[in-house]
This record gives sequence, structure tokens and C-alpha cells, in this order.
Amino acid sequence: MSDSAPNATLFLEKRSYRRRRLKDALRLLPVVGVLLWMVPVLWPSGASHPADPTPVAMSSAITYVFVVWVLLILAAAALWWVIGERGSAETDP
Amino acid sequence: MISVNQLLGVSLAYVAFLFAIAFFAERASIRGKGSWLRSPMVYTLSLSIYCTAWTFYGAVGYAARSGMEFVTIYLGPSLVMIGWWWVLRKLVRIGRAQRATSVADLISARYGKSNLLAIVVTVMAVIGVTPYIALQLQSVTLSLSIFSEPGQPDSLSQAAAAFWVAVGLVLFTVLFGTRNLNANERHDGVVIAIAVEAVVKLVALLAVGVFVVWGVAGGIGPMMERIDNSTIGEWSMDRSRWAALTVLSAAAFLALPRMFQVMVVENEDERHLQIASWAFPLYLMLMSLFVVPIAVIGLDILPAGSNPDLFVLTVPLAEGQGGLATLSFLGGFSSATSMVIVATLALSTMVSNHVVMPVWLSTQGTGAQVSGDVRNVVILARRASILMIIFFGYVYYRLSGGGAALAAIGLISFVGVAQFLPAMLGGIFWRGATRWGALAGLIVGFAVWVFCSLLPSFGPDAVLSAAVFEQGIGGVSWLRPQALFGIEGIDPTVHAMVWSLSLNLAVFVAVSLATFPTPLERLQGAQFVNIFDHSTQARGWDAALATSEDLMIMAQRILGPADALSLFRAEAKRQGLTGHLPEPTQGFLQTLERELSGSVGSATAHAMISQLVGGTSVSVEDLMAVADESAQILEYSNRLEAKSAELSRTARQLREANQKLTALSVQKDAFLGQISHELRTPMTSIRSFSEILRDTDTLDQAEKTKYASIIHGETIRLTRLLDDLLDLSVLENGQVSLNLENGNLNDVIAQAVLSAGGAHTTRLRIHHMQSDQDVPLSTDLDRLRQVFINLITNAQKYCVAATPELTVEILQQGGGLQVVFHDNGVPIPSEARALIFEKFSRINDKDGSGAGLGLAICREIMTRLGGDITYEPRADGNAFIVHLPGRVALAAQ
Amino acid sequence: MGKHVLLVEDEINIIEAMQFLLSREGWDVDTHSDGATAVDKVRAMKPDLVVLDYMLPGKNGIDILSELRADPEFARLPILMLTARGQGRDREQAEKAGVSRFMTKPFSNTEVMTAVRDLVQLAQ
Repeated sequence: MSDSAPNATLFLEKRSYRRRRLKDALRLLPVVGVLLWMVPVLWPSGASHPADPTPVAMSSAITYVFVVWVLLILAAAALWWVIGERGSAETDP
Repeated sequence: MISVNQLLGVSLAYVAFLFAIAFFAERASIRGKGSWLRSPMVYTLSLSIYCTAWTFYGAVGYAARSGMEFVTIYLGPSLVMIGWWWVLRKLVRIGRAQRATSVADLISARYGKSNLLAIVVTVMAVIGVTPYIALQLQSVTLSLSIFSEPGQPDSLSQAAAAFWVAVGLVLFTVLFGTRNLNANERHDGVVIAIAVEAVVKLVALLAVGVFVVWGVAGGIGPMMERIDNSTIGEWSMDRSRWAALTVLSAAAFLALPRMFQVMVVENEDERHLQIASWAFPLYLMLMSLFVVPIAVIGLDILPAGSNPDLFVLTVPLAEGQGGLATLSFLGGFSSATSMVIVATLALSTMVSNHVVMPVWLSTQGTGAQVSGDVRNVVILARRASILMIIFFGYVYYRLSGGGAALAAIGLISFVGVAQFLPAMLGGIFWRGATRWGALAGLIVGFAVWVFCSLLPSFGPDAVLSAAVFEQGIGGVSWLRPQALFGIEGIDPTVHAMVWSLSLNLAVFVAVSLATFPTPLERLQGAQFVNIFDHSTQARGWDAALATSEDLMIMAQRILGPADALSLFRAEAKRQGLTGHLPEPTQGFLQTLERELSGSVGSATAHAMISQLVGGTSVSVEDLMAVADESAQILEYSNRLEAKSAELSRTARQLREANQKLTALSVQKDAFLGQISHELRTPMTSIRSFSEILRDTDTLDQAEKTKYASIIHGETIRLTRLLDDLLDLSVLENGQVSLNLENGNLNDVIAQAVLSAGGAHTTRLRIHHMQSDQDVPLSTDLDRLRQVFINLITNAQKYCVAATPELTVEILQQGGGLQVVFHDNGVPIPSEARALIFEKFSRINDKDGSGAGLGLAICREIMTRLGGDITYEPRADGNAFIVHLPGRVALAAQ
Repeated sequence: MGKHVLLVEDEINIIEAMQFLLSREGWDVDTHSDGATAVDKVRAMKPDLVVLDYMLPGKNGIDILSELRADPEFARLPILMLTARGQGRDREQAEKAGVSRFMTKPFSNTEVMTAVRDLVQLAQ
């Protein structure tokens, strides 16, 4: 995307560099979200088999899902706070 | 216990309140005071129409049945919002740039403004969303029924309730959704009402949740214990559903027509999206927070067999909290109504723009000649569509019997609209996607959905016979609706989603690869995919054919007279014209097309303008540009190139002009300096010696004579210089009049030799090679003689050989003659040769008697006579060659 | 007086006149008419005064002047420049290059000899 624009300079000054990396974080955030929220797929599910390990308690499951949720929201809000207003000013993709 | 009538009163008051808010918002917006209506907060809240009655009631029911699975429906959209940078940013930018009015409009615009595609998408959207609307009606009537006291004769039958709710929704949507047709298809009143409803439903759900956790369970700790001890206290999850439903909800979030409406069409500022990227997940999180607690308490305290979909209402009622139940009812009511209003609005826009208007226009003849105000037709079409869509929802509700769980109905709808996703995302990320690919993918995906998801939802033997469920269509076992290709044991929803989406995608890609897009498609494709590279708009019209007046008439009919006039005025002003009719430039036609497409959709707007403008929108240049696969970039860079070429051309011209001026000025300075020098030098001698003669008494006679002759010589030099200068100036200005005479070249040469002092007076020996026959001439003989004399005297002065000799010879050369003056002196140095014919150039001027004008005069004379004079170095000296043209050499032929 | 003057001039009649005027006042006059070798001539001769024409074959007076002024030995040598071109810019150029006195032709004999006397006095 923006990093591969043909006229992009190879090295950037520190501020622009920081902003690029923040945008990388912005792109990465949903991937992190997917990974974390797909963890429950690996959990042992309802005792369909007697030998199965103890299923995860619902309260832990709720806590996990919502803690991930809150962290993602906080991360997204923090990224918006850091690059949001200024980031939108440039038309750079 | 609150009576149904009280509840109706509260509901009506609430609706009246919403009406008032919507009304004042519209008023404020019209007066230009509506900036607060378009804050990021309102934008985020308007997105909450994702949370319908399905969320409000259904999520708790879902949790009561399947535990945490309900949350996947909110995880998907949260991920999409948090990952706004990937898809939403592009979608919103494209939607705004193309003035897309709906999903159908966007898809049709991407694939070459194809109306066929728009119609298919519209039909699919109507069919896909109808169950969803039915779901809202069902939830409202269900919730009402809770309040009707058991045993009492039902004052309001469920069917009748659904009917009246439907009527109310139609009224509200018609009133605020189709009040006006503005260019960008935004509805301030509706949006603000939705925002208020979003707050109401969140507050209501949170209130019930807080009551349940702290009021019933007694805090978070005890609540968690009760959860773990409940029937859903263990993590029990169909893994395929967890992942598939997350993906499905993300897909539906992007593809739902009502989401497109609030997210893209009603978007005021792209920056709002950034704020919504964390604020909307927060909203979803809060909406989901108390779902499990409410479900668990509901399962605990209510008698077995109670409908878990209504726990949000029945739990407060069971605890005797009538007020809370009423608030909860309003929350559910808000969820249902806001969804129906926006969904209907979005669908009616699609139906009227892509189905009704094209049909109506084609029955009316050409766009410009339609009579009356098209706006009325559009608004009428919208209202009819709204009525029709809500009626469909009502019919579906009656047909499905209102028995199914809310969550199941919602999922059917989700899978249906998710079919738009491949065409949508493929269109904005892949330039190779074609119209036929999109069409084929959509139809295949939709067909699979109908067969695997929609029809089975009516239950066995309703539409599909039980035999089809068991044995497949016509007994073909791999055509069973819930076990396609014989793969059994998959959850029906996951089955429908995986098969429909993967077949859709596969067909979309395969057909796209196999077909070739039209030029317009390729242009639009480049625009969509490269939206961030540059924001040039699709090129289009051969403007010369459209007249501004026709366009004005058409625009008035669609935009309304005031809006059309202000649009045209602004453009005329921008073009620097007075009055209200701008030139129909390409740029203006594109602007107009976008404005019109805000009202009637891009395909229709395109069709209408093309009827007026005539010709196709793709020019030969476009075709050629497309052939290069990078039309937009090419055009853009061409334009830049042309601009920069033009600039550098201008700069070059300026530079040249400047150089010429500088050179001229330098030349003039040099010339003046030369003249000054030539005049002042003899004057210096004259003045100096005359002063010596005047002031010195001791001079002897010889000295006096010497100095007097210097003065004399210098005055003669001055006179000659002045004569030469005058002569040259006359010749250069072309004021000389030639005195044509007939004569003989031999005679002219002989006279010149004589005038130059004869062959005897100087050391120079002159050989005049007389030709045998006469060489008759017709020219200015005096001037020609002057040239010859000049050349001879030059030889006399400058030929430094021991025995200076000059040979004069006449040569026949082509049709003309050459007179060669060949001396045996030292050849002129090569670096000086270029300059000898220039003014004031003197080579080896020992005595300084010449001003350096002689050869310049010779050249001027020869030019006047139609000939030329050139110099050639010879091995043994110099040759000056006088060229006479054929017409001068009269009888030489 | 026995003072040396070098007259760099290519116009034969002007050489004649200047020679007459200068020798009458007791100057030893040497003449030189080639611009290209004028500087060498000055170096060899080390005159007390140079009368320099502006337009010379080979090298113009301004260049000769600048070259002489670049040499510390001749940095203060009185140089009287004569020009027939009569353009204001020439005077500016000459002054920039370090001319002692600049005169435009035609001059009066009194004028030029006064200038010569002034220059010699200043140099002493």
C-alpha cells in the first residue's frame, strides 16, 4: 500500500516513520483480534466424551471474550488518539 | 401489571417523541444548523441499527439455548470496525466518491453501471432482508403479547398487532425517508431518530442487566457462580459454528443494505469512521455484556417452557418491575423500528432506482422529453417500494407462523445478504472482476442460499417436501438441501453459508477470469481499486452534443428547480460565466451525473444523461487507453505530461526570446561601441594634431606638413566611414532602388579595375581573364562595379605576397555566373573566416584606414542583386567569389 | 626628468600625437601596439606610467589592466586608460579593475597632459 508507492522515499524522518509503524499496528489489530477470539475453538467443548478434559467454565469463557474485547477497543481508541486526527489529514493511503 | 393499553399509550408517546426529534432535526438541517446532527457520536449510534430486535430479544434467547455462541454475531462486526483500515476505509471513500446510494448502486457502478446487475442485487436484497423484517414484526408482537393478561380475551390479536405495527412503520419511513430527494440521499431526521433509539435500546438493556446482576443475583461474584451452575454453565461449542458465524456476521455487517445506508451513504466525514472504529465495538460490547446473566437468571426463575427470546421482558415482570419492563419494551421496540425504517429505506431506494425508474423511463421515451416532474415519480416509487417491502415482511411473518426462534431467522437473512460480499470486495480490490463474474457468482450463491437456507426455513413440507430433505431433488442424493454433495453432518447454517459463499466466490472468480470486461467496466474498476491513488473521476461524456438547456430541464425534474438552479449557477460561476447556464463540459456532466445518481442511482443517471448527450460514454481515446490496462494512470500521467510539456515549451520560448533580446542588445551595444570607436579614433588624431599645430610655435615646416596631412588623411577616413555607414544602412533597410541596365560583365570588370587605380598604379598585378564571348547582364551595373572595386582594393591593401597578383575570372555555373577574385596572399585564418562579411571585422588591418565595412557592404549589395558573395581559401591565397543568378546573366543561356 | 612611459596603442596617428606630447615634457616614450603581449612588455620595462588604449588587437585594455593589478608589483602603477568606445559601462568596468584615470577620446592635449602630471604626482 502506501509503503510501496513508487515515489515513496526509502528512509523517512522519525515522525513519519513512527506514523507508518502506527499504521502497521492499525492494520495488525484486527488480525490480533481474530487470533485471540478464535482461541475458544481450541477449548475442550462440552463433555461429549467421558475422557474429555474438564470443560472451560462459562464464567471464564465470558471473562476471556470480554477482556479481549475491552483490550481491542482500548487499543483501537489509543491508535485513533495517536494518529486519528492527524492521520486523516494526509491523503496517503 | 401494566396493561396493553397503557403500553400502547407509552409506545405512541415514544413514537410521537421520535417524530418530533426527526422533524426538528430536519428543520435544523434545512436551516443549515445541523452540524451537530452529523457528529461522530451520531454516526456511531446510527451504526447500531446492526443491533435489531434480534439482538435485543434474540441474543438472550440465543444464549439461553446455545451459551456463548450468540456473541459471534457481535465479534464479526467488531473485527470489521477495528480493522476499518482494510475494507471500510476504502468502501466509504468509494461510496462517497461515486455517490453510491445503495449496495446495488455500488455494485452496478463498479461493473460498468450495469442495471441488470443492480436489478439482481435489488431482488436478492429484498428477498434476503424480508425474513429480517418479519423478525422485527414478530418480536414486537411477541413482546406486546407478554403484557396482555392471560385469560382475558385478547383485545389485540397478534396478527392484528403485527399489521398495525407494520402500518406505523410504513408511515414513519414514508414521512421521513421520502420527504425530499436530495443529491446525496441523506436523511438527517431518520438518522437522528435512529441515534436516539440506539441510546434507548442500550440504556434499556443495560438497565435490565444491572437489575439482574445486582438486583437479583446480588453482585458479580454470585452472578458468576449462578452462571457456572446453570444449564449453560459449561463451555459447549460447535467449533465450526463459532468460526463460521464470526465470519458470517462480519460479512453481513459489510453487505447488509441497511448497514451500507448508515455506514456509507449517510457518512458525512471519513474521520467519523475512525472514531466509530473503537466506539462501535464498545457499543456492541456493552450490548452483549449482560446477555448471559439475563439468560441464566431467566432460566433460573421462570417456569420451564417460557420463551427465552422474551427473558428481557419477562424477568423484570416476574420480579415485579413494571417500569423496567416498560423501558425494556421500548428498547425492543426501538431496535425493531429503527431496523425496519432504515432497511426499508435502503431497499426502497434500490427498488425505485434500479427497478421502477428504469422501467418507467423506458416506457416514457427519452429522458429529456419526459413530461412533468420526475421527482414526483421517484418519490412515488419510493413510497410504493416501502409499502411493498414491509408488506412482504408481514406476509413472511404470517407464512412462517411466527414460531421460529428469532436467531434462526436472523441467520438465514445474514447468509442471504453475505452473497453480495464476493462481488463487493472483489470489485474494490480486484480489477479483474467482471460484470459477468459478479452476476454469475451472485446468482449461484443466491440459488444455493434459497435451496439450503431459505426454503428449508419454512419447515419440511411447507415449500420443500420432506422427501426432498431426505432424498434430494428428484431423488438425487447429493442435492439434499442440508447435505449438498452428500457431505452430511454439518450444521445447517454453516452448511448453507460455506456452500453458498464458496460456490459464489468460485464462480465469480472463474467467470471473471474467463470473460472480458467492457471499457466502462475497466475504467470503473480502475477507479474503485485505485481510489486512493488519485481522485479523478470517471471520464465520460462527449459534451459537445448536450445542450445546457436540456440538461437543466432534466436536472430540474430530478433535483427540483431550486437545487438544479443553484447547481447550474455554481458551475456557471466556476466557469466564469454569468447567468445560470454553464458550458456542458465533461467535468460538469460528470458532476451532474453524480448528483443525479444520488437521486435515481448511477445506472439510471448514466442512462438519462446518455440519452441527452447521445453517443456512448466511452470515447476512442478511452478504448485505446484501456487497451493499455492502466487507463486512469495513463490518462492522469498523460495530462501531467502534457501540462509539463506545455510548461517547458513556454519556458523554452521565454528563454529563447530572452536570449534573442539579450543577443540583440549585446549586438546593438557592440555595434554602437564599434561606430563610436571608428568615429572617435580619427577625431582623436585630428583634435590632437590640430591643437599641436595651434599651440606649438616651434614646429618646422616638415612637421607642420606631416601633421596637416595626418589631419587630412583622417578626415578622408572619417568621410569614407560615414559614406560606408550610410550606404550600409540604406542597403540594410532595403531602401535602395536598383537601377537596372543592360551591359557586359567583361566591361564592368574592366571599369572596376580602372577605378581601383588601374593595374599599374599599385604593386598589385591584376589579370583579367577576358572570356571569348560577351557576357550580357541586366542588373544595377554601378552597384556591381562597387562590389568589384571593393574586392580589388581589398586585394591591393591586404595581399602581402612578394609580387601580389589578383586573377579575375568568369565561370559559368549552372544557370548563373561566378566572378572569382583570386589573389596569392596569405589565406585568412580559419577562425576569422566566419566573420569577414560582418560589419567592422578587420583582418590584418595595418594602417587602420578601413572601417571593416567593405565586405559587409559587398554582401548587402549582392543580396539585393539576387546573388551572393562567398569566400574560399585556396592553397596559394584567397578567393572571393561573386555569384550572379541566372536572371542577371541574361543571354548566357 | 628621464621617466619612462609605455604607450599601449594600435592607432598609428594617435601614437604619433602622444609621442610628440609626452616627449616634449621630457618622457622617455616606448610604444607597443599588441594587446596580447602588453603585460610582458610592462613586466620587462617596468615603466613609471602606462597609457593604455581600450580596444587593442589580441587582448582588450580591461584584461591587461586586471592582469597588471593582480601583480603586487604593479598594483600601484599609474595607468591612464583611453577609450574611443565612449560607453558608460566601460568606465565602470575600468574603475572596478583598478584604473588610475579613465579618459574618453577625443581628448584635448592639455587635458591628457594634466592627467599625466597628476598621476605622476600622486604616485610620488
